[in-house]
Amino acid sequence: MLDNANDGSNSKSMSIIATKGSLDWAYPPFILGTTAAAMDMEVTMFFTFYGLELLKKDMNLQISTLGNPAMKFPMMGMHVGMPNIVSAIPGVDAGASAMMNNLMKKKGVASIADLREAAIESDVRMIACQMTLDLFEIKDTDLIDGVEIGGAATAIEVAGKSDINYFM
Amino acid sequence: MADQTLDAKGLNCPLPIIKAKKALKGMTPGQSLAIESTDPGSVADFAAFCRQTGNELVSSDQAGDVYNFEIKKV
Repeated sequence: MLDNANDGSNSKSMSIIATKGSLDWAYPPFILGTTAAAMDMEVTMFFTFYGLELLKKDMNLQISTLGNPAMKFPMMGMHVGMPNIVSAIPGVDAGASAMMNNLMKKKGVASIADLREAAIESDVRMIACQMTLDLFEIKDTDLIDGVEIGGAATAIEVAGKSDINYFM
Repeated sequence: MADQTLDAKGLNCPLPIIKAKKALKGMTPGQSLAIESTDPGSVADFAAFCRQTGNELVSSDQAGDVYNFEIKKV
């Protein structure tokens, strides 16, 4: 593990802590993780709190327009936002998530499932946080195969040996 | 003439890079991979990819909306 860290070779290492479980926030850790792996870096991803959603066999990731004034969809030549009072109506998040998925497909953006598959294929090490698994009563059998279980000390050991550390 | 061709047209970041890496993995050193992309960001990204991985960016050109790259595997 992390044999190449700080040894002066071209090969670098990256660790990412993923704490969020919404569709939009699923992208930064998986995009950077898979790209770093493609660039020959040794990548470890540590998933905690809502980030655990990203390791579930059945992912149903959604966005919420609530409290996000920057979220605007391109529509009929305009960019349309959502007033909070509308966002709060049941079903609006699901509708907005479907719109986001369609938009991503149209623009050739990878799905999270595809990026996660690419991460697995390129031997990205994935660690699920034991404490938040307990807290949210998520069973390790709910998670995809190949995920390690670890705690804060595991995450910090990896971070200490990595050239690049991200918290997302 | 490249040994292998990758059509990454219509794909957005980071898919052209990830698919190129996958293709390079299956090739032998000295072979070259031609990539077609429509992602304008791929110009900077393939240059960075090659600097980081040590593979040689033989060429990087644009023809209309399509960006053409040739990468030689080290």
